[in-house]
Parts: sequence; C-alpha cells; structure tokens
Amino acid sequence: MSGRKIGEVILDLQHISLRFGGVKALTDISFDVKEHEIRAIIGPNGAGKSSMLNVINGVYHPQEGKITFHGEERAKMEPHQAAMQGISRTFQNIALFKGMSVLDNIMTGRITKMKANFLEQAIHLGRARREELAHRAKVEEVIDFLEIQHIRKTPVGRLPYGLQKRVELGRALAAEPSMLLLDEPMAGMNVEEKQDMCRFILDVNDQFGTTIVLIEHDMGVVMDISDRVVVLDYGKKIGDGTPDEVRNNEEVISAYLGVSH
Amino acid sequence: MLYREAGQFKSSYTSDQQIFPIRQDRIGIMLLLLVAFVLVPGMADEYWLKGILIPFLVFSLAALGLNILTGYAGQLSLGSAAFMAVGAFASYNFMLRIDGMPLLVAFALGGVMAALVGIVFGLPSLRIKGFYLAVATLAAQFFIIWLLTKVSWFSNDSTSGVISAQEMEIFGYVFDSPESKYLLVLSIVTVMALMAKNMVRGAVGRAWMAVRDMDVAAEVIGIRIMHTKLLAFAVSSFYCGVAGALYAYAYIGTVEPEGFNLDLSFKILFMIIIGGVGSISGAFLGSAFIVLLPIFLDVLVQDVFAGLLPPSIASNLQLMVFGGLIIFFLIVEPHGLARLWQITKEKLRLWPFPH
Ligand SMILES: Nc1ncnc2c1ncn2[C@@H]1O[C@H](COP(=O)(O)OP(=O)(O)OP(=O)(O)O)[C@@H](O)[C@H]1O
Ligand SMILES: [Mg+2]
Repeated sequence: MSGRKIGEVILDLQHISLRFGGVKALTDISFDVKEHEIRAIIGPNGAGKSSMLNVINGVYHPQEGKITFHGEERAKMEPHQAAMQGISRTFQNIALFKGMSVLDNIMTGRITKMKANFLEQAIHLGRARREELAHRAKVEEVIDFLEIQHIRKTPVGRLPYGLQKRVELGRALAAEPSMLLLDEPMAGMNVEEKQDMCRFILDVNDQFGTTIVLIEHDMGVVMDISDRVVVLDYGKKIGDGTPDEVRNNEEVISAYLGVSH
Repeated sequence: MLYREAGQFKSSYTSDQQIFPIRQDRIGIMLLLLVAFVLVPGMADEYWLKGILIPFLVFSLAALGLNILTGYAGQLSLGSAAFMAVGAFASYNFMLRIDGMPLLVAFALGGVMAALVGIVFGLPSLRIKGFYLAVATLAAQFFIIWLLTKVSWFSNDSTSGVISAQEMEIFGYVFDSPESKYLLVLSIVTVMALMAKNMVRGAVGRAWMAVRDMDVAAEVIGIRIMHTKLLAFAVSSFYCGVAGALYAYAYIGTVEPEGFNLDLSFKILFMIIIGGVGSISGAFLGSAFIVLLPIFLDVLVQDVFAGLLPPSIASNLQLMVFGGLIIFFLIVEPHGLARLWQITKEKLRLWPFPH
C-alpha cells in the first residue's frame, strides 16, 4: 500500500444496541473508524453487519449508544443529513435508480452540491445551467475513474450485475464523500470483476484519502485490503483488530472462519 | 439512415446537454412549432380549432402535469380534474374580485392556488404509496368538487356553481376568435412544456425519478423525500390548475364543478398511460390520441361501416376500444406511444441496414 497516512479517530461508536421488536440486531457494540483507513466488518449471515452501516448513516436509529462523528456527539440523524456530512454508501442489494441512465444515476449523487432551485432549473439559464455543466464535468471524472465511459447513456436496468455494482459505487463517489460505506461490494462477482472492484476501492482510498467501511464475505479480499477488521456474530462484537490479529483470534475462528462459506 | 447521431460528435458537455441533443430532433421540433404557430391558424377551420386543437392542447397540459407527478415522481393520482377545477375557479375569482387583474396573472395565480391545494392533498404521500395514495387523491377529487358546488361564493352565487369565464383580454387585445384563442393556448402550453422538459432533465427531475425508483437510496444520497414529493405535487397541480383555467376560458367558457369530475381525471390518466408514463412528448401523444379517437370512431361507424354494426355495439365502441387499448399498453408497452416512437427512431437510425 502507498504512503497514505492513517489519521485520528473520526467515527466512534459506543455501546450501540439496536432492536427490531424482539429481534436483537446489535447488542452493545463499540468500535471506531480512523481517518483514511479501510475498516472491514465481517461476520456470518444475519450477524448485524448491514444494520451497523444503517446505524452509521442514520437509516436505523439505535435504542442505546453514542455515536461521535468528527468529534461531535450525534443526535438522532436522518440519512440525508448523513449525506450532507459527507457519508456515502452502496447497498447489499443494488439500489440504483432503474429507470435512469448511468449518467443520470451518477449525476444524482451530486444532488447535495447543487443549489439552483426548481424555477431556475425550469428556465435553465444562469446558475442552473452553469451548475449542470460544472457537475457534469465532475461526473465525467468519476466515469473515467471507473472506466465506464462506454455505458454512460445506458439505462442501468440493462447492465449486467457487475457493472451495476460499479455504477452504484460511482453514484456514491460522485458526492466526493469523506467516508464511504460499502455493503458487500463484491458479492456475486466473478474473479475478474472482484479484482477490478478491489482496485477501485484501493484507488479511492489512496487517491482521495476516503475513509472506507466495508462489509465483505470474501476473506481473501478482506485480509488483503483492510487495515482493521471488526467481527460480528449474532449482533455481538467478537473480534476487533488487524487482519492478522483477527485471523488468530480463537473466538473468531470457531464462530466464523471455521464455518465454511 | 435518416435519423442518426453519428457524425454529430459532441465536443463539449454543453452540446450534449442541450434540450434536444440530436440535430434531427431539434429540426423536428422547430418544424412542428412552425407548423403549429404559422400554418395551422391559417389552414384549420373553426371546428378543428375549437373542437380538436384547443382541447388537445389543454388536455396535453393537464396530462403533462399528471405525468410530472405520476410518471416522473411515481405518485399515482386520481385527482387531476379536481386540481383543474381549482385553477379554473380560482382564476375566475381573481378576475372577478380584483379590479384590473391581468389575465395571465390570474391564470398563474389559479395555478398557484391549485399548487397549494395539491400540496395539502399530497401530504398523505409522505406516509402511503401506490394504491392507498390513489385512494387518498380520490378523496381530493370528491371533496374539492363537493366544496366548489356547496360553497356558492366560489361561483359568485350562481345556481349549481356554474361560472361563465370572463372575456380574455391582454393589453387591450381581446382573444375572441378561434384563431386567437388557439394561439394564446398554444403559446402558454409551449412555454410550460419547455419548462417541464427543463425541470425533468435537471436536478429536480432526477430527484423525482430517484424517489420514484428507490426512495431509500434517494434519501441516503441526500434527497429530502418530503420536500421532493411535495414539490412534485405542487408543480403537477400548478400545471393542472393552469390547464383548468384554459379549459374554462379558452375552451368551453361556461363550466360547473361537475365538469371536472372523476371521469375527466381518468381520461387524463389514460392519456399518460397511452402516451407514455414519464415522458413529456407522451403527454401530447396521449392527449392527441384520446381527443382524436372518438372522432375517428364516429367516422368509422357512420361512414365506413354505416349500418353494419348493431347499434348496441356502435354506441359502446368507444368504451370498448379505450378499454382494450389501456389493457394493451399496460401489458405490452407500459411506456406508451412515446416509447413506440422511440423504438421507431432507433430503427431509423440503422435503416436501411438491419444491423
Ligand atoms: N428492518 C428490519 N426489520 C426487522 N429486522 C431486521 C431489519 N433489518 C435487519 N433485521 C434483522 O437484524 C438481524 C441482522 O440483520 P443484518 O441485515 O444486519 O445482517 P447482516 O450481517 O448484514 O447479514 P447478511 O450477511 O445476510 O447480509 C437479522 O436477524 C435481521 O433479520
Ligand atoms: Mg447484510
């Protein structure tokens, strides 16, 4: 890995508990994320990994616990506010806007940065027009970065699965996030697609310094690219540390790594 | 290869982001406007102007409004006609009660009133979706028409709520001939259609479609769902409201609230289903289709199959054909005539070579 420097803690989660009726999705979980690092969350199915991401960007509100982001304790927060604060994400099940082109999907990712109101847009002069062009240029950078120039105008519904995942990453990147949450970005991909995706994730982290929180089932990938790993099982944290530490943790081995996937 | 992008290399995003990026489309639209503004007023007779073209334009505008809400923002509504009624009755009252009220301002204010009412009846959309939302808009439909009929103030105390639209006058010019009415409606509809096109291809349009396609993801990206949905209700109702005002002032002159009943709401819904959900041109195609179809069927029954069809079928033919077409489009081509046109254009792009 290159010369990027891992910084201070920017996201700190303390004693997070989340319940859905009787289901305990998360129980008393604490961990932190440092600036510029790649932080992986692993665990068997149903362990609470996706719920954890949903807590981080305000989709779910935990019943207990404290979240500190950039040194400020966070009150109950809605997803669009998380977006405003620079948190972007992708979803486990692709959540693209099916009826829109690749270009429009990624342009939508820049929505928090666009200021012209609907009347200005209706007339399409002045600020609205300038903005549209400026943001288009930014989006083209994302498109170049992800090497998807050839499918710019294609409706996303027509794309193969692997490319859809890539477009979804593009939509998240378009917001120029400081923190990127990726929920199984490589699930269901073939080896070649996985390699591409790995490369993009590492490049994002390296070139833009983006902090990445990543859920992934492929152990090889996780051990390869992450700086630190949190292990969840049945909503509880059972391990936390560098890939090597986690690999050698007895509890983790019996609960997770021992189980073949 | 009549219709092609090839050879038109776009050297900048400016050219790629024009309102009609393909040259043939630009030329087509120019020709269409030229015909509509210059040739039609000279050539069409009174029946065509008053009976076909003006209603076609008015309904196109209403369908455009509904398409913004349903096609782009994904919120089903059965209350379009009620919002038209608000526009018509509000414009009438602004003209009636404020001395020297300019006509176009009255139309715009009628639209604004419809937009406000639209926002109120759009509030349930923050909680409910699809079928249940449609039922809530149905409530708007019945409530508004009931209110306009019951409260006689709205119709200046006329019997059964009938209003007679005032004369249309702008800067001393009176729009009383069919040609002048047609040109006034055409101008308003053209400007509003271009504005709608600009909105749907800009950031608001993307926000509407994002909420339609995947609201959780939209919110996570930073779109405020409530704001976006209510804006769709407001803009959509504004369009319907202005369409309602034009319906009263430029088309039939004398209307009662019942004239804006559920049948009309359904008619507008059918227009966007047949024309194309989520398409600006679809609103026009659907409106043309629904305005022209009955006329075409009449000709068919009376002249072509004169006396051949049993009267029971002849009188219901229109309903049968409508029903059949709706089912056809819902199942076979949910994106309507606009999509069929698109496919034809794509074929033309390759023509005469099959590949
Ligand atoms: N919205 C919800 N309503 C009810 N229960 C939920 C909800 N979201 C998650 N759960 C429950 O919380 C638990 C954790 O689910 P979660 O999706 O976070 O697991 P996961 O680790 O991401 O699993 P997977 O590897 O299958 O994606 C599960 O028991 C799940 O059924
Ligand atoms: Mg999950």
